[in-house]
Amino acid sequence: MERLAFYFDSGICSGCKTCQIACKDKNDLATSINWRRVYEVTSGDWERKGNAWISNVKAYNISMSCNHCEDPICMRSCPAKAIRRSEQGIVLIEESKCMGCKYCEWTCPYSAPQFNKSKGIMSKCNLCFDYVEKDKNPSCVDACPTRALDFGDYEKLNHKYTNKEHLYPLPSDKITNPSMIISPHKDALCEENTNAQISNMEEI
Amino acid sequence: MKRRDFLKWGSIITGGTLFSSYLVSELLKDDEILHAVKSHTSFEKMIRVGCPSHNCGGRCLLKVYIKEGVIARIETDDRPNDSVEDPQLRACLRGRAYRQRQYHPDRLRYPMKRIGKRGEGQFERISWDEATNLMAEKLAYFKDKYGNESIYVPYGTGSYSQTNGKWSANRLMNLFGGSLGYYNSYSWACISKATPYVYGTNISGNQRQDWLNSEYIIMWGWNPSEMRDGTNSEFFLKKAKEKGAKIICIDPRMTLSAVSLADEWIPIRPGTDTALMSAMAYVMITEGIHDKDFLEKYCIGFDKSQMPPGFEQEESYKDYILGLTDKIPKTPEWAETITGIPTSNIIKIAREYATAKAAVLYQGYGMQRRAYGEQAVRGGCVLAAITGNVGISGGWASGIALQADDGGPLWNVFPMGSNPVKAQIPCFLWSEAVLRGTEMTEEEGLKGADKLNSNIKMIWAVASNAIINQHGNINRTVEIMKDESKVEFFVVQDNFLTPTAKFADLLLPACTQFETWGMEDGWKYGEELILQPKITDPPWETKSDYQICADIAEKLGLKEKFTEGKNEKEWVEELIETYRKSRFPEIPKLDEFEKSNIGVYSVPVTKPRIAFQDFRKDPEKNPLSTPSGKIEIFSSRLFEMNKPETIPAVPKYIQEWESPFGEEAKKFPLQIIGPHYMPRVHSTLANNDWLNDIFPQRVFINAIDAQERKIKNGQKIRVYNERGSLILPCRITKRILPGVVAIPQGAWWEPDKNGNDVGGSVNTLTSEKWTPLAFGNAQHTIMAEVEIYNG
Repeated sequence: MERLAFYFDSGICSGCKTCQIACKDKNDLATSINWRRVYEVTSGDWERKGNAWISNVKAYNISMSCNHCEDPICMRSCPAKAIRRSEQGIVLIEESKCMGCKYCEWTCPYSAPQFNKSKGIMSKCNLCFDYVEKDKNPSCVDACPTRALDFGDYEKLNHKYTNKEHLYPLPSDKITNPSMIISPHKDALCEENTNAQISNMEEI
Repeated sequence: MKRRDFLKWGSIITGGTLFSSYLVSELLKDDEILHAVKSHTSFEKMIRVGCPSHNCGGRCLLKVYIKEGVIARIETDDRPNDSVEDPQLRACLRGRAYRQRQYHPDRLRYPMKRIGKRGEGQFERISWDEATNLMAEKLAYFKDKYGNESIYVPYGTGSYSQTNGKWSANRLMNLFGGSLGYYNSYSWACISKATPYVYGTNISGNQRQDWLNSEYIIMWGWNPSEMRDGTNSEFFLKKAKEKGAKIICIDPRMTLSAVSLADEWIPIRPGTDTALMSAMAYVMITEGIHDKDFLEKYCIGFDKSQMPPGFEQEESYKDYILGLTDKIPKTPEWAETITGIPTSNIIKIAREYATAKAAVLYQGYGMQRRAYGEQAVRGGCVLAAITGNVGISGGWASGIALQADDGGPLWNVFPMGSNPVKAQIPCFLWSEAVLRGTEMTEEEGLKGADKLNSNIKMIWAVASNAIINQHGNINRTVEIMKDESKVEFFVVQDNFLTPTAKFADLLLPACTQFETWGMEDGWKYGEELILQPKITDPPWETKSDYQICADIAEKLGLKEKFTEGKNEKEWVEELIETYRKSRFPEIPKLDEFEKSNIGVYSVPVTKPRIAFQDFRKDPEKNPLSTPSGKIEIFSSRLFEMNKPETIPAVPKYIQEWESPFGEEAKKFPLQIIGPHYMPRVHSTLANNDWLNDIFPQRVFINAIDAQERKIKNGQKIRVYNERGSLILPCRITKRILPGVVAIPQGAWWEPDKNGNDVGGSVNTLTSEKWTPLAFGNAQHTIMAEVEIYNG
């Protein structure tokens, strides 16, 4: 059994969302549906000291789609058994079985599945499996202007990238074993990030 | 619960695992999957084409997939061996979302003429024959009545692919006896004017691959991620960083570039760059860490010992920095008060920049679209000189930094011919030329003639939204344009009914760059030529800008002269030869180029060229083309203009005419800046739904300023000053200096019944006032106030 995975380097991600639009164009998604999303995390404060402004403001981005988890909670929670994990580790929704109940969206710690209003069913990243079958990377990966995304076998990626961290505020990997490896942004590791929060909710 | 609330799930612990795996092929029976596979395999063809460039800073390669004659998918450059020497030209989200523009329901479809009052936006459809007849008749009328100087083809960068864009209109006008000319731009007025006063040239940039040889890089008001200042500038900076360069970003905003590339962000108060530069020079001079040998050998005007002959008694740069004349030493403490940057930080970056073996101070252009934008440009160049970073690998001379050694991409090679009308105005002063052109003189930038014989009476705006939307002070411009006795005939040729197009008397529907032949090279940097084959036919009654001009030429009896018997593709075929004779001797002929479907011809950069390398080697043999042949820290030419308050001979910090330190701040305490925005190219793509969904137009305001005004995140706020007001939702952010408010430029002006702009064009608040030396736009110099909108 294979385990295909994404790699994301938060350190070099500007938050430009080219990955998100590449996905949208490739998959013909409706305007409000974004299978890949970019979260902006900001922390810190400003302080006036005499005539100067002192800031310890930090920011970093997390670009994320479905993580094609090894233990997909969406699959277990689907009452229609419409979600499957393929031999390659791709988690897929079968349209013909999906009732659009949104349980998968609610249970997924990353909220990856999204409701497709026009079809009345759920939809999510399918890892561009049609590309993968042709030895091509998913659309988002080859789109990134700073080359912050990579794709391949989980173990190989895990070996290739040594600087790995769990990024705040992502949920614990223990929940679903996401097939997603992240190199951290320098500011994601600061201990002073006490008031870090996602700051671009209106864009998500 | 909203789908985005994934945070609260962080604590859930789950039970066992249950795998159910299927091969992809097993799932092929499913509808969605069948559809996906089918759509991928059933494209009729894939064409590699240059991304439609609307004066974007990037020039990228797209792979466009066609299905039943329609663009069904857009990918980007996937050439193998993506490398620093010859990197893929990966398009950003603007290019990837292009189908939303291409197939937008609001595209102009037919020629139309105005039926209501000017600016009301009421039009009726007419035939092309009627439209071109009207054009020919009006051109002849204005030529006859007021002379060719009364006709103006304004600055416009909405289409930029040789055959599409304003250049064909210029060609036609030049054949017709000419039209009022313009010089400089809305992007680079000050930087292109001021750089040569220091270096004698605008070619002050190394090839970008050389950044990998730098130890220290200052992104000063420079945001290559959002403005795409050269495709791959971010990529090269990433590689420089991997090689160990430290990168800092000096900017009022923590930009996208600051987040992805900078080790440190130094927030600075807008309009105070030259104060920081001066204080950095102070630190270097007083600590003796400036490059004395370099200054002695290559520069003039640094101190009293090297003033040009006849100016020995004038104030040198060092005199200014130490405050010998004005009694104000430009200390870091002095600069802290002005810039808002702590003294310790100023000292630190001065030391780091001065002591790095080779360092880059890259000046963005926002700092020069300001009141005294010329000063910041020259200040940056002087810092590069003081630290000896000119003419060396890993260094950077600053200034506009066109690429060594030939100036880089050619941009436009479509032959416009020469303009029989020699008079030129600075492009930002077109509204002055409408109001009182005949009174304009050299003092207001008029060139090529002592005076104008006519005010502007007819405007033909091709691919230009710079009449209403992108020009300073929209409410003023609207009043000017509403008055039919001023501009008597206004023609707009575009893809959409832009705020400018709404004021047209005649609307000519142009096709997009995907619908005609064209080509493009890099914007500022790059060693490539990208082909733009026609992808689909122009829909409805749209035509290429070239074809529209050819049709008008026919009515004027100029068709043969205009077309020389060539269509768009044949022009491209010929224009490729221009590149063969200059930048790319080995470029393939069009036939071969097209058949290969490679889309791009690129020359790998293995040994990046360094600006001023020869000068550095031997300044006697290879002098600069400044009057002294050296780097002019003191400019005798500027001195002789005798305007020391606004055009000093050495770069100085001058308080702006709208400033947080002026009286005006009592009423309007916030500084407004209008940065480039990720989802748009200026005002192009402002109507792209995909992009507006993820990057909506907003006002970005610091939490401290919001709190003082009891403003909550997402709330609608009104931003206003004496020139206008706009209403937009706000984003409260920490990523901007307190006291500064950002309203991304380029959103389309949309007045409500009270005159508030609910589209959120920053130019509702900007001024038409120009800079002293370059006659450039100072559209970032704005003060305003913000309040909760209770409408």
